[in-house]
Amino acid sequence: MAIRIEKRAAASLPLLYATPLLALGLTLLAGVVLFLALGVDAGAALYHIFIEPFETLSSIGEVLIKAAPLVMIGIGLAIGFRANVWNIGAEGQLTLGAVASGGVALAFWHETGVWIFPLMVLAGILGGMAWAAIPAFLKARFNVNEILTSLMLTYVAALFLSTLVYGPWKDPQGFNFPQSRMFNDSETLSLLVEGTRIHAGVPAAIVIALLAYVLLERTVTGFEIRVAGLAPAAARHAGFRENRLVWLSFLVSGGLAGLAGTLEVAGPIGQLVPVITPGYGFTAIIVAFLGRLHPIGILASGLLMALTYVGGENAQIAVGLPRAATGMFQGLLLFFLLATDFLARYRVRIAARAEARP
Amino acid sequence: MTADLLVPMFVTVIGAATPLLFAALGELVTERSGVLNLGVEGMMLAGAVTGFGTVVATGSHTLGMVAAAVAGAGMALLFAVLTLSLLANQVATGLALTIFGIGLSALIGARYVGTPIPAMPKLDLPGFTDLPVLGPILFGQDALVYLSLAATAGVAWFLSRSRAGRILRACGESDISAHSIGYHVIRIRYLAVLFGGALSGLGGACLSLSVTPMWIEGMTAGRGWIALALVAFASWRPGRLLAGAYLFGGVTIIQLYLQGSGLVQIPAQVMNMLPYLATIALLTVIAGGAWRGRLDAPACLGKPFSPPS
Repeated sequence: MAIRIEKRAAASLPLLYATPLLALGLTLLAGVVLFLALGVDAGAALYHIFIEPFETLSSIGEVLIKAAPLVMIGIGLAIGFRANVWNIGAEGQLTLGAVASGGVALAFWHETGVWIFPLMVLAGILGGMAWAAIPAFLKARFNVNEILTSLMLTYVAALFLSTLVYGPWKDPQGFNFPQSRMFNDSETLSLLVEGTRIHAGVPAAIVIALLAYVLLERTVTGFEIRVAGLAPAAARHAGFRENRLVWLSFLVSGGLAGLAGTLEVAGPIGQLVPVITPGYGFTAIIVAFLGRLHPIGILASGLLMALTYVGGENAQIAVGLPRAATGMFQGLLLFFLLATDFLARYRVRIAARAEARP
Repeated sequence: MTADLLVPMFVTVIGAATPLLFAALGELVTERSGVLNLGVEGMMLAGAVTGFGTVVATGSHTLGMVAAAVAGAGMALLFAVLTLSLLANQVATGLALTIFGIGLSALIGARYVGTPIPAMPKLDLPGFTDLPVLGPILFGQDALVYLSLAATAGVAWFLSRSRAGRILRACGESDISAHSIGYHVIRIRYLAVLFGGALSGLGGACLSLSVTPMWIEGMTAGRGWIALALVAFASWRPGRLLAGAYLFGGVTIIQLYLQGSGLVQIPAQVMNMLPYLATIALLTVIAGGAWRGRLDAPACLGKPFSPPS
């Protein structure tokens, strides 16, 4: 008997969609084992993570407002990942988006008007794009590895935000806490559904997913992106300009991350604080892969990841599950997904050794 | 500046350089075999927390070092199974390893926050260690520092002089040729990845056992990524890696001293950006420099290999 591995001519479509579910199942299984090892009541923990968030309207709202930034960033990253452009510094671009839109909000804190919020959104998107433009320029001009530069800039962005809120942007009436003034009513998102914190970011995320779907599946640029990722040599031969895709990927993903940062500070937070998200920029990498780099898939995977945040917080309070467990589960989920991917892309044949080879 | 200021400064440079040297050296061997493991940060954290926990439990720094190396290699094994046996994308798997390692180490380490442990004992050779200036620098370090230097020499010899090292490099430069002359490319890459993980684990242990003998969540603070950048900066050569790690340690420490001296009125956060900005600058210089093209990465770096049947 010999085990032979054959590459499938084309990845099996049913399996390609089934493997995220299989990976989720395996992660749950691993989770139960881990809960037992930690001495946590596994049944209760799973209930608090996966069921409790759906029990009240307000916590459903929490899932949705956490899913919105994850979906936006995930879609931006997916466009790059498809073209083999690896922006992993979305967290930094999100931070700069928050800084830019927060700067606008603070500059006009004593003014009101419907024009302020659009200006904040514009500043946020441009802030994220500007931060993403650095690795894009270095990649396009000098061929510097974009993985490392975009990640290094995440640390710089976090320090930059911290410089501002500990220094010039600190609230003068804030009892010396490292945070800015609260934004005024014109500068914060109004709530769409009573009893929840759902804001305009949620429908915006859905619209962005649909637009991305059209871009990727129905335009020439989308075709170029897919060819560049699947067959770089063919793309070069066809005369697609690689650098254009580098710029496009970074500007789109940076802009979307900046938008997500804007919605966070103008929405649930309402001011600038030293840490804006629990790592949405990194979690969005998992969201992108779990959603198969497909905009509609990313809508689903963004919701699932948001669930782990909300449910993870519930489980922290209810059964004392450590905060770090959420991150670990997200890592495990990506591992299992990459492992089960194998089934979709390869065929495992168990064959007698004597069988003639084709 | 006087010797009594310079000597402690030099000692702290060594402290900052050693974790980078370990992690980058491990990654260098991994990459020379043709595998790109972006999970260095996660493996370092796993090593840091495991080494720390072992010292808390046993009181032995030696066991702590061993445990850290084993933990790093364990994490690397996960990566190897996924990328080498299941042919998963190396970039994605490396990112997953980092995310997983950050979470897992925080989970394990939650109970160690605030626990003190004794720092690693320093070498004390009567007659040598008390020599002025050079004594404390050359003969007053802990075991990890000497081990990192020995490992650098060992890897340099292994890659350029030994037969096994040349086979490893062949796997990185042309997997298919190495396979056709009968070498087990996948097996060799497994070993290289495991070695890289063990060294990353030791790099993490430097932080939690020696530089700051305590456990802090996410205490590597991006050093795993800086180590990855150093490998490219060193153009995959151990000698240059040694220089790069110490240059980098120097940059980190000089900004700390500038902050402490009060000579410059710049917020601490701005100074703390320096190592990251320096990494970006270094990467740009080597990528755009006149010597571009002679410093190429191993030809098969990051490409999955499955033996043709």
